[in-house]
Amino acid sequence: MNRFEYVRAGTVAEAVQAYAAEPNARFIAGGTNLLDLMKYNVERPGRLIDITRLPLASIEEREGGLRIGALVTNADVAYDARVRAKAPLLADAILAGASAQLRNAASTGGNLLQRTRCYYFYDEGTPCNKRLPGSGCPAIGGVNRIHAIFGTSEHCIATHPSDMCVALAALEANVQVSGPEGDRSIAFADFHRLPGDAPEIDTNLKPGEIVISVDVPAREDSQHYTYLKLRDRLSYAFALVSVAAALELDGEMIRSARLALGGVAHKPWRNQEAEALLQGKPATRASFQAAADLIMREAKPQSANGFKVELARRAIVRGLEQAAAGTPQSLTDKRIR
Amino acid sequence: MVATFSSTGKDTFVGSPRSRVDGPAKVTGLAKYAGEFAAPDLAHGYVVSSAIAKGRIKAIDTAAAEAVPGVVKVFTHENRPRTAWLNYNYQDAVAPPGAPFRALYDDKIHYSGQPVALVVAEDFETARHAASLVSLDYEAEEPLTDTEAARDLAYRPSMNRNGIKPPPKPWGDPDQAYDQAPVKIREDYRLAIEHHNPMEPHASTVVYEGDGRYTVYDKIQGVSNSQGYLASVFGLNKDDLRVMNPYLGGGFGSGLRPQYQLFLAMLAARELERSVRVVLTRDQMWSFTYRPDALQTITLGAAQDGTLQALRHDAIEGTSHFEDYQEVVVNWAAILYKCDNVELTYRLAKLDTFTPGDMRAPGAVTGVFAIETAMDELAYATGQDPIRLRLKNYTEHDQTMQDKPFGSKALKSCFAQGAERFGWDKRDPEPRAMRDGRELVGWGMATGVWESMMMQTSAHAILTADGKLEVGNSTGDLGTGTYTILTQIAADTLGLTMEDVTTKLGDTRLPEAPVAGGSWTAASSGTAVMKACRDVGEQVFRLARQMENSPLANVDFDRVAFTDGRIEVAGDPGRSVTLVEAMRAGGVDRLEATAQAAPDKDFNDAYEAYTHSAIFAEVKVDEELGQVRLTRIVSAVAAGKILNPKTARSQILGGVVMGIGSALEEESMLDHRLGRFMNHNLGEYHVPVNADIYDIDVIFVEEEDKANPLGVKGLGEIGIVGTAGAIANAVFHATGKRIRHLPITVDKIIG
Amino acid sequence: MLIESGSPVPADTRVGISLTINGETRALQVAPWTSLLDLLREQLDLTGTKKGCDHGQCGACTVLINGIRVNSCLTLAVMKDGAEITTVEGLSALAAGGAGANGLHPIQDAFIAHDAFQCGYCTSGQLCSSVGLMNEGHAHSRDEIREAMSGNLCRCGAYTNIVDAIEDVMQAGTTPAGAPQGAAR
Repeated sequence: MNRFEYVRAGTVAEAVQAYAAEPNARFIAGGTNLLDLMKYNVERPGRLIDITRLPLASIEEREGGLRIGALVTNADVAYDARVRAKAPLLADAILAGASAQLRNAASTGGNLLQRTRCYYFYDEGTPCNKRLPGSGCPAIGGVNRIHAIFGTSEHCIATHPSDMCVALAALEANVQVSGPEGDRSIAFADFHRLPGDAPEIDTNLKPGEIVISVDVPAREDSQHYTYLKLRDRLSYAFALVSVAAALELDGEMIRSARLALGGVAHKPWRNQEAEALLQGKPATRASFQAAADLIMREAKPQSANGFKVELARRAIVRGLEQAAAGTPQSLTDKRIR
Repeated sequence: MVATFSSTGKDTFVGSPRSRVDGPAKVTGLAKYAGEFAAPDLAHGYVVSSAIAKGRIKAIDTAAAEAVPGVVKVFTHENRPRTAWLNYNYQDAVAPPGAPFRALYDDKIHYSGQPVALVVAEDFETARHAASLVSLDYEAEEPLTDTEAARDLAYRPSMNRNGIKPPPKPWGDPDQAYDQAPVKIREDYRLAIEHHNPMEPHASTVVYEGDGRYTVYDKIQGVSNSQGYLASVFGLNKDDLRVMNPYLGGGFGSGLRPQYQLFLAMLAARELERSVRVVLTRDQMWSFTYRPDALQTITLGAAQDGTLQALRHDAIEGTSHFEDYQEVVVNWAAILYKCDNVELTYRLAKLDTFTPGDMRAPGAVTGVFAIETAMDELAYATGQDPIRLRLKNYTEHDQTMQDKPFGSKALKSCFAQGAERFGWDKRDPEPRAMRDGRELVGWGMATGVWESMMMQTSAHAILTADGKLEVGNSTGDLGTGTYTILTQIAADTLGLTMEDVTTKLGDTRLPEAPVAGGSWTAASSGTAVMKACRDVGEQVFRLARQMENSPLANVDFDRVAFTDGRIEVAGDPGRSVTLVEAMRAGGVDRLEATAQAAPDKDFNDAYEAYTHSAIFAEVKVDEELGQVRLTRIVSAVAAGKILNPKTARSQILGGVVMGIGSALEEESMLDHRLGRFMNHNLGEYHVPVNADIYDIDVIFVEEEDKANPLGVKGLGEIGIVGTAGAIANAVFHATGKRIRHLPITVDKIIG
Repeated sequence: MLIESGSPVPADTRVGISLTINGETRALQVAPWTSLLDLLREQLDLTGTKKGCDHGQCGACTVLINGIRVNSCLTLAVMKDGAEITTVEGLSALAAGGAGANGLHPIQDAFIAHDAFQCGYCTSGQLCSSVGLMNEGHAHSRDEIREAMSGNLCRCGAYTNIVDAIEDVMQAGTTPAGAPQGAAR
């Protein structure tokens, strides 16, 4: 871990200012990913700006929806009664990730900003375009069973590791940020980016911008949802494939469908065309299969992750079935419903 | 075998469940491990690891690291102080044939992750920071790390590894018998490379005591091995080198040999004349030994009724370029099953990796998985119940050892009791026939086997005037319960309470014992402790008899019993003397004895000794998504006498859990282009977590054995052997899909 | 030096913080990069808290901060200025009805009784995690305990015994207090 300056910010303005004075700075809250990366020398900030004392640690009801402060811990979001009532999908997705200890420390804003778990990105002994732009991507043709099948580029095939973000994508959240040029709101779909030819940039945040809160809009139907996560062991592992599904039903008919996939792309993966396809269709396996097929048409597997295509196809169908039946995946009973 | 340890004819402690005597130290955090001992002026070393797998270091620049305030010195191959010259000096007590790896020896890179520099600083954080500033320029060559790609280069090792039985000469005509057999199975099996990953990373603290003397705390499964290695490599007198390791945060074989952090810590301490600690990072736990990949082919020919007519087991295993690591992979099939036409072959292939090493049940985990899966395939091919097939080919003799009988073999009881507990008779053998909702249910079974061994070991017993007893030797307690069973044995032998007995281990000032491994510690150290205690008992008895008006006057030693801190005439408890009184009367404040235990040559000439088990596994596999849940395991074990059913059960639980990891999760993934393990951390190398583990039922079946006076056979390995086979067979039963390449991950199930 | 809001602490400076560790309030000088784990182990000789991976992937370093379990390896000490820390060395003082006859917290006793460890290296983290789990109050069934304890690896494979021990303490109703105000969620 490199040596760095430490700034404890008391206000958002102070934090933004501290960043402006040292562009190689990082904001730190939970630290569960940043410190991890610093110990691997993947991140070498010249300055850490401690934002844990900023007044961003509360959850508020707003326009029927929820405004979740950037510093609310993942555990506090997941166990909050208002979140459980209005956005149970979000609570479930959070609890499907990491461990109790990590969720107790990790912040909402930090979860959005966590970086990929690509082996090569983490290992400074190997090239990686995300870590060292232009050095190459040995994951392509290498050990890539955990890598992306959607939206990859010739420069990077990494995935975004968050579970929470998959739910936020399906819930069409908005991210409120503050920065040197003022405040703005970013639609969740626009928050993370695909690697393209600049895989070192994960999000569309501008330099010095800080996440203030995440707004989760109100939904009429919070009964028909699920977060289904498939991984290499039954807990405490990143998703090979995950599905966040939320349906609004009109009897047997689908009024609207929102679906996001995790573990398959550089950002939570959505396909509006498939969601539109489901709209007005009966909530049956045939409809779900048609949507899954449509989504998977775009999949481009790597040398060792071809299985993800079939796994994701089946997981989408199953996730939609769970959502339609109102039987979300349990986090403790590991039988898949 | 002794009927009881206690001279009363009834043991109070041995044979009954007892809590660990080291429990309080471990639950309060007071138990100290190798990297936790403090010393004045302690310096901290941080290892820089090679990024390439093969080639040489063209240049190494340490200037930036040395410029960091607090950095003491950076050691590289360019400034390495002199150590012993000959390869021989680096061969530790359990080294395989070859030239052991020497850290910072020269500019050559033998494997990815090889230590290339040690940064020593005043504190850990400074060392870590400075290590990131060491810059290396390599000349890289293309590495070969894929055993499959090295297949054609495989060879029979020219020198056998000490203690490892090579495959026996073939008998009969297996190829012809196979050709003529009505039922044929020939399949390839493979197990991924696994890393031990004990929870405690490897660490060594070398405390410089002045005058060329050192106290060393090393993560090792037997301190004598580290002491011998250091003395030989650094030209030190053993009297100047005290090596200790009272607690080991797990080993599983990774701590059998002194690893490079010990060499580096000692190198720096000697050069700097100050105390130095080197702790490896978790990632660096992938930079030395591992369970090797093995390419295995099993060939079975059988009659329609399942009787084996031909058996071949051929294996090629990876090793390093510098050592010929060997383990017993292919012999197990012929130890378990009777067959008239057998050939077993074992070859090695050189890879650009570190030398593999013993990992819990080395060789057996690998080979028994293959034969026990193949036997399940034969059961299906012949329409036999898997247990009946095994009974049909059962043997009471070890064909690999001139048909010697087994000293004891209660495997049939394991089958019977395990099957009953599991409910095996309710199994519908048809694959995919059993289901529970959306999950396919599979029941599979397998046999486990491990050699029961004993090693030359010494131990001492010291009785003091307060009636307290100390016993011990230099071996290590890896978490196996050695402290506890030795305390039980000592207490029963001398009629004391367990509280009266203190067991000391892991210190070269104690009588010498070998490394703790191979499941031999209970038999070896247990026997030595019992003998030392008996010797002390005789000494105190003589004092008691010499007392004025002794109630024991004219009584022979074989007519007294040690009980409740007293020596009493057997059958006449009124006539007794306390140990404390006897010592006081004799005017001594300390009675001491050191005893040796060694394998029984007569027994070994006549018999072969193995532990056995039958493992029954239930899996539930989501039919559509391929998620496997291992919902139930019954492991029925025949391991002779059980000294402590509580810690014994834990040993089996631990073996089973590691077997579950091996079957379903564990895999160190190499990028062969880089020759580098890529998932070198506990986030991406998956070991079982709590949520993975449902019910595990352990049965110890009755078995009397006479290989050693205790009648114990050892438990450290048997829990893991065969577990992966039982699980793989259960997955086949559930899904109809035979997976012969572990681990059984979702890609293989749905692919 | 003391920390002033908004003013950078230079990279070569130690800063003064206050931590209450196992009931004792201490004024400490720490470097900004010192993890709580390294502070405990390297500077305060509280080596009961273990370093198993240093990356939040094993749970051996679990401690309670204001009654909440976290990985101390991924916590900078300087950021916890003013916090109450409980490590394995301080668990017995948390016992609701006082420590048992042997001076142990009920969960420590239960771990011994159920043989919930072998080598002992993950044990401190398992114990602190168990207490954190009980403070949280979300886990009740065996399935829930298993899931909630999955952030603590045990390579010796004592998992079933760990669950037995926790269940035992939960059923005995000796759920530990000692979580500071506001910590119970």
